[in-house]
Amino acid sequence: MKIGVPKEVHDGEKRVATTPEAAEKIIKLGFEVLVESGAGDNANISDDAYRAAGLQVVASAQELWQQSDIVMKVRAPEFHPQLALDEADLLREGQQLISFIWPAQNEALMQKLATKKVSVLAMDSVPRMSRAQKMDALSSMANIAGYRAIVEAAQHFGRFFTGQITAAGKIPPAKVLVIGAGVAGLAAIGAAKGMGAIVRAFDTRPEVKEQIESMDAEFLMLDFQEDGSGTGGYAKTMSKEFIEAEMALFAQQAKEVDIIVTTALIPGKPAPELITAEMVASMKPGSVIVDLAAEQGGNCALTEKNQVVVKHDVTIIGYTNLPSRLANQSSQLYATNLRHLLTDLTPGKDGNTVINMEDEVIRGATVIKEGNITWPPPPPKLSAAPKQAAASEAAAAVETKSLIPEPIKQWLPIALAALVFFAVGATAPTSFLSHFTVFVLACFVGYQVIWNVSPSLHTPLMSVTNAISGIIVIGALVQVSSPDSIIGILSAVAILIASINIAGGFLVTRRMLEMFRK
Amino acid sequence: MSNGLVTMAYIAASILFILSLSGLSKQDTARRGNYYGMTGMAIAIVATVFGGSVTAYVILTIALLIGGFIGTKAAAKVEMTQMPELVALMHSLVGMAAVLVGYANAMDHSNSLVGAEKTIHEVETYIGIFIGAVTFSGSVIAFGKLCGRISGKPILLPARHWLNLAMLVVTVILGGSFLSAAESGGGMLPLAIMTVIALVFGVHMVMAIGGADMPVVVSMLNSYSGWAAAATGFMLSNDLLIVTGALVGSSGAILSYIMCRAMNRHFLSVIAGGFGSAGGEAAEVVGDVQPIEVEETAQLLLDAKDIVIIPGYGMAVAQAQHTVNEITKLLTGRGKKVRFAIHPVAGRMPGHMNVLLAEAKVPYDIVFEMDEINEDFPHVDVSIVIGANDIVNPSALDDPNSPIAGMPVLECWKGAATIVLKRSMASGYAGVGNPLFVHDNTRMLFGDANDKLQGLLKALQG
Repeated sequence: MKIGVPKEVHDGEKRVATTPEAAEKIIKLGFEVLVESGAGDNANISDDAYRAAGLQVVASAQELWQQSDIVMKVRAPEFHPQLALDEADLLREGQQLISFIWPAQNEALMQKLATKKVSVLAMDSVPRMSRAQKMDALSSMANIAGYRAIVEAAQHFGRFFTGQITAAGKIPPAKVLVIGAGVAGLAAIGAAKGMGAIVRAFDTRPEVKEQIESMDAEFLMLDFQEDGSGTGGYAKTMSKEFIEAEMALFAQQAKEVDIIVTTALIPGKPAPELITAEMVASMKPGSVIVDLAAEQGGNCALTEKNQVVVKHDVTIIGYTNLPSRLANQSSQLYATNLRHLLTDLTPGKDGNTVINMEDEVIRGATVIKEGNITWPPPPPKLSAAPKQAAASEAAAAVETKSLIPEPIKQWLPIALAALVFFAVGATAPTSFLSHFTVFVLACFVGYQVIWNVSPSLHTPLMSVTNAISGIIVIGALVQVSSPDSIIGILSAVAILIASINIAGGFLVTRRMLEMFRK
Repeated sequence: MSNGLVTMAYIAASILFILSLSGLSKQDTARRGNYYGMTGMAIAIVATVFGGSVTAYVILTIALLIGGFIGTKAAAKVEMTQMPELVALMHSLVGMAAVLVGYANAMDHSNSLVGAEKTIHEVETYIGIFIGAVTFSGSVIAFGKLCGRISGKPILLPARHWLNLAMLVVTVILGGSFLSAAESGGGMLPLAIMTVIALVFGVHMVMAIGGADMPVVVSMLNSYSGWAAAATGFMLSNDLLIVTGALVGSSGAILSYIMCRAMNRHFLSVIAGGFGSAGGEAAEVVGDVQPIEVEETAQLLLDAKDIVIIPGYGMAVAQAQHTVNEITKLLTGRGKKVRFAIHPVAGRMPGHMNVLLAEAKVPYDIVFEMDEINEDFPHVDVSIVIGANDIVNPSALDDPNSPIAGMPVLECWKGAATIVLKRSMASGYAGVGNPLFVHDNTRMLFGDANDKLQGLLKALQG
């Protein structure tokens, strides 16, 4: 089958749906790949680079849409300014379209695509489960957005991120607050940390605490018990009391920090307003707010979509096309996501796609199949949360199951030892007791000495103990001279095998120890 | 030589043995420790031979020379991967010697003990032979399992605990009849039957233990060989044997304990045999593995600063340790921090992996124990897992139903990236699926470890 990648037509969109590297691998799956001339220009990928990778460069968009069996795009189909018609009208029956669609927000487009009798796979509808992570374009774009948010903030912030002590005076590090530690939030934390800032982060889901702390950022705790984990890795709406406590925290933090990055989104709802106009006013002059939720109305009251505004001496960045501002990188990741999806769609590796509705990932991504709207998909079966709960219950159950109560456990060995000592002392003759004394003391010396042995020398330790347990040769030596010939023979054999141990043990230990070099 | 001199020589030998073991606490003093041990042994043998009670010099010299020759040959020839086999074989020799010395002693009626002392002496002989025989047959089976002549799978007879118990009971009853028969100078028959039972007991015990528990078995038999020597010492009223036996016995016991702790297994349950008796269904591993090729791996390593190599026994099987050392040298030369992380049960006996790395000339100061390195993993850029599985299994920590739950593991998944070299997607000794292989940050490099590492070395050079 032929896959076509047109040039994006959305204003300011610089990404492209495939790169030479990804296309090479797609060709290996048995496809032919066509690309519209100039499609990669804005992402710094030339037509020649595509040609070198074995792609066919097609001069016009119309030709490309016509020739392709599958069209791969970044943005959903929209009005094409040069051709003066809608991209959706270029589709013909039986064609397949893979791109971002946002079916919930674009009902009209969905209807239109359905009438074209095409199949549509929406990259935004790929289910968020571990098997599908490699084709999760939302995550890869969010990652870029988070990184770029810090770059944008640095651009508008008048100071260093990192702290320094110079001859000209001390520079304090910038303080960054990241609200919402999803993929974008974590990427922002990583980028800000990498530039040397002090980073704090807040999230309503307690399970992300560990992730935040693993990045050396500080997790801001609310003195309030409520779990904000919703389905599919997103947060849910919280109770009124929780939101009040949260707002108090933000109000206090706004006075302290220099940069705020907000990434709080709740699926299917407008973004929650977390930073009020008063909080913005309370921030230090020159501070920066990057609102990654600007598309859904913004987390900050003063955000203006797609604009950079300065209010109360605070720069508020409301860009919604941050991935596009890192076009080459985003194209690479998006192209790889698409390639993984194609790999799953082409089980035969023969260049023919199979939309297998039994496959949970493909089922989720397919929003229109041969003209029938299949969105929304049935709810995903897999969710990690309940399993974990069951697991911890099991752990608790195991812990409580102990047959012997703790104090008895502690004293039992001592009591047993006392009993043995008493029994031996009461019955054994003195000649035995003197040997027993030596034995017990030797055990203790052994115990003390062996614990000090470095674990890396445990094998030499074993071979050396092997050698010295050849000391049993002494037992044979004192008996070898017995007039009884059987005893003599037995002892001689014992001497022979014990001396194998002695020689072998010491020499192999020496051989090993010679190998250990600094 | 007078009795006093012999005793003094024995004290000197005991001290030298203790110094020998304490010398092994550090790399710098380990070699000296070994020489202390040799000196102690030489003093003990010379003192005994010239102590006055020995006259059969010819037989003795011949036996010592033959044994010494065989031992020297074996020590010079053995491959480092075969160390566990050699050690197991040596344990069996100690056990065998203990049995022989015990029999020789039981046949010797020249001693003039009476009453309680005589009874104690007979009991010591009996116990000495029992421990010796168990050590002997157990070690032979362990040897067979280690070199693959006997299947590593645990062989679990029905009602095996009852079988063991019955054997012990019979041993005790036979002991009684041995004691009463020994009064009149006999008792060879019960002794012989008991020896056979002890041999069967040793075989049965080690057969029931799975391949994954081999490090425990080897250390446990080490301990037994020490106790066998100590029992012989009691029998002969020889303090040097008692001291040495006790040292070796406690050394083996501590090693067994360390190994058990490293696998979160209870010592008794290892001895009782079998594996996978943990209740509940282990969570299934869901997800796709992400394969990687040699070139990409090389790129990842060149971009990394902090690299940790986690070797498992699979590395030794593939004979890849020398290639690993070449790669280590190359990466260190490019200014990267390369370290090795060793899990206590990474080899087939305690400390085995360290010896294998030392053989490949990996400097020991970049080789770290699990406890030393585990908290550094969040800062590690790339971990390379070579031929290891269970020791890097995250389900040991987060899945209470996993058969290896609670076992401390190397937490490499906390690093930025992990590359796992593996022949195929088979599970480890414990037969447990490993979620590390489907982790986001994990890339699988499939194929023979040595081939892939050779390729990697070329890619890094090129």
